[in-house]
Amino acid sequence: MANADNPDTGGDGEERPPFMQRVLDNPFLLLFLGVTIPTVLYVIWGVMEIVQIPIAK
Amino acid sequence: MAANAIFRTCPTTGLKVDLAAERLIKANAVAAVVFLAIGGLFGLMVALTRWPAVHLLPADWFYLVLTAHGLDVLLVWIIFFEIAVLYFASAILLNSRLAAPKAGWVGFWLMLIGAVVTNIAVLQGDSSVMFTSYVPMKAEPHFYLGIILFAVGALVGCGVFFGTLVVARDERTYQGSIPLVTFGALTAAIIAVFTIATGAIILIPTLLWSLGLVSNIDPLMYKVVWWAMGHSSQQINVSAHVSIWYAIAAIVLGAKPISEKVSRGAFLMYILFLQLASAHHLLVEPGISSEWKIFNTSYAMYLAVLGSMVHGMTVPGSIEAAQRRRGLTKGLFEWLRKAPWGNPAFAGMFMSLVMFGFLGGISGVVLGTEQINLIMHNTIYVPGHFHATVVTGTTLAFMAVTYLLVPLIFRREVMFPTLARWQPYLFGIGAAGISIAMMGAGTLGVARRHWDISFADAPLSFDYPPAAFLMMGLNGMFALLAALGGLIYVVVVVGSVLFGRRIGDNEKVNISVASPGGAAAVSQYGSSHGVAIPGTVVLVVVFFTAFVLYYFVNWKYLSQVWPLS
Amino acid sequence: MAITPPEQRLWWKEPIAKTELVWITVAFLWGLVMFFMMIYWHGVGEQNLSNEAYRIDADKFSARTEAMVAKYTVRKEGKNETPVVRPPPGSDVYLIARLWEWYPILELEKNQSYRLHISSLDWQHGFSLQPVNINLQIHPGYEMVVNLKPNQAGQFSIVCNEFCGIGHHTMIGRIHVLDKM
Repeated sequence: MANADNPDTGGDGEERPPFMQRVLDNPFLLLFLGVTIPTVLYVIWGVMEIVQIPIAK
Repeated sequence: MAANAIFRTCPTTGLKVDLAAERLIKANAVAAVVFLAIGGLFGLMVALTRWPAVHLLPADWFYLVLTAHGLDVLLVWIIFFEIAVLYFASAILLNSRLAAPKAGWVGFWLMLIGAVVTNIAVLQGDSSVMFTSYVPMKAEPHFYLGIILFAVGALVGCGVFFGTLVVARDERTYQGSIPLVTFGALTAAIIAVFTIATGAIILIPTLLWSLGLVSNIDPLMYKVVWWAMGHSSQQINVSAHVSIWYAIAAIVLGAKPISEKVSRGAFLMYILFLQLASAHHLLVEPGISSEWKIFNTSYAMYLAVLGSMVHGMTVPGSIEAAQRRRGLTKGLFEWLRKAPWGNPAFAGMFMSLVMFGFLGGISGVVLGTEQINLIMHNTIYVPGHFHATVVTGTTLAFMAVTYLLVPLIFRREVMFPTLARWQPYLFGIGAAGISIAMMGAGTLGVARRHWDISFADAPLSFDYPPAAFLMMGLNGMFALLAALGGLIYVVVVVGSVLFGRRIGDNEKVNISVASPGGAAAVSQYGSSHGVAIPGTVVLVVVFFTAFVLYYFVNWKYLSQVWPLS
Repeated sequence: MAITPPEQRLWWKEPIAKTELVWITVAFLWGLVMFFMMIYWHGVGEQNLSNEAYRIDADKFSARTEAMVAKYTVRKEGKNETPVVRPPPGSDVYLIARLWEWYPILELEKNQSYRLHISSLDWQHGFSLQPVNINLQIHPGYEMVVNLKPNQAGQFSIVCNEFCGIGHHTMIGRIHVLDKM
């Protein structure tokens, strides 16, 4: 709810929220990040580590 | 698409409540409590078996019941409840209709059928493989199938949640950003999507292997992917219970977030990094590099722990600020002493916060330290840790919020108010006791998932120190206390829902101690010179001191064991 | 309130209270301390896993173990007459985990280093050395290599702490450490 005393929201033109706020307000962007990051850093990296384990001589 | 939604207006909060959403919340909550009762009973049987003087169950039953206990509480009770929380945080808090209620019911039935199928598999006796079902140990195909169905149902529920966010935004049922509690629920839902996707990736091939259609599943690969689901499913819990702390503080005390930016930033740390810590379970596995282990186990340099530590200040801080606003300003802790400790929603919530932080959080970070894990992995310290997080943390918080759900959603008065007042304490102290006892026993080397620590049937003899047996006895005793607390919860909640006095459609419920008009002082929050939370600062300093000391004590323990390289 | 949309529409612009900023900074720095502590211990600490491991099948690992047993057995112990093996310090030592035993029993010398190879022939097992409380996860098809240096003499037990079926709680092994061999 816009605070009527806030000088940033004036009349009809509403100021665009800051970048980080727009990121946090975007559930699908967050979903993408929240799935991609652990998939790459935990799952894919982890699987790569395992397939590289050498065979005993 | 739907504007056939029928709403009622909540007389207590003024929110527009979609009746379709409300029916789904009720169904999921009821299913949750049923499985808590079953899983809790199994847990008591486990504790009474591991109490050496009692040794309740024979070995085969013990391993069977332990498998069922893990599944029914760690997966079924908690996720059913979380689906209810998701629907509440989206449709109800946003004054919106629930997107696709029919899909919500499909999800519910899939979850219920899946849970029943897996339980049947375990009870039939050939699937005592523990919740983790590590290959090459094999369960019957319907064991895996049930979990897969359950997971798909939960995914559908998450889809309904995301759909509702879209609907609410498009139909402009709220202004500005979603509430903080909804944002926390969003965090939980995002982690749930990752959890379920990885669960499917590992359990579907494992099901095929159990059917004989796939010849081999690599055990190391299985563990890495399984734990992506396994630990992340518990991170859903963390996000959900933190959201519930904020919700209870708001509803019961009129508390407002000190800073939306800081609290949401902390949830963002969860979204991005919490799931990496699945690596905790793989710190002493062969062949995986220390780089992978250190980066992932640390949640990317402990950024997600930063998130938790932030909530650990902002949640009690917001309560202190609200209480000070009401005039409780004497000394450092009048706000806490005169908090509504007789209100089971508040009592459960605050104990959940303290116990999760001190017992669960600290032990988790220590356990997840690459080298310290060497002296803790697979000892009963591990269940000690996670009973602190999932039982004193999540379960107690969910129990606490049920005392608000019953009057607000089920529209029944809470029966047996004296029992209800005592319930969180009995359960919380019981659960804290079992956690501490198990952590103590684990420090002495006692193994987890083990039927007989006296090794009576073994070919070689070995004696754990006597203190270890004492710890397992204490564990049994506190489990009885926790079970009593759990039983009272089930009796009060089920009794109230079935027989409690119906609350009239226009009848306000008295659940808040806050006066409605406290907005004026609140607008000072967020300013750099408005926030005075000295009591919380003291609590946080005590927490931090305990954390640092316990952390370094464990490095000292480690330094004394046999050199390994 | 947390259950309503933020009062300030542009809530990101609100300045952060000093108390919160201090705590965030402290928590962040503590996170860095804990992160670098693990790296530091790899350099300075004496208890680290080398993460050296190989893929190996059960027959090959079994054969290597039996070769060691054939060469270095000194006696038998326990209800199952398990061979007690005394390998030379610095050598490759093999330990099998299988349903439901640790094979063989090892006899080592205090303050000497051994290259311990551990693998399972069937399911996952948990190597839990007591009362030292060193815990390792043992996989079938993989061989973990640990450079181990017992720093105390005495009789030690290997408890299995990874659930491996109905005999799990009878699975126990032994390591003797002598002052001088």
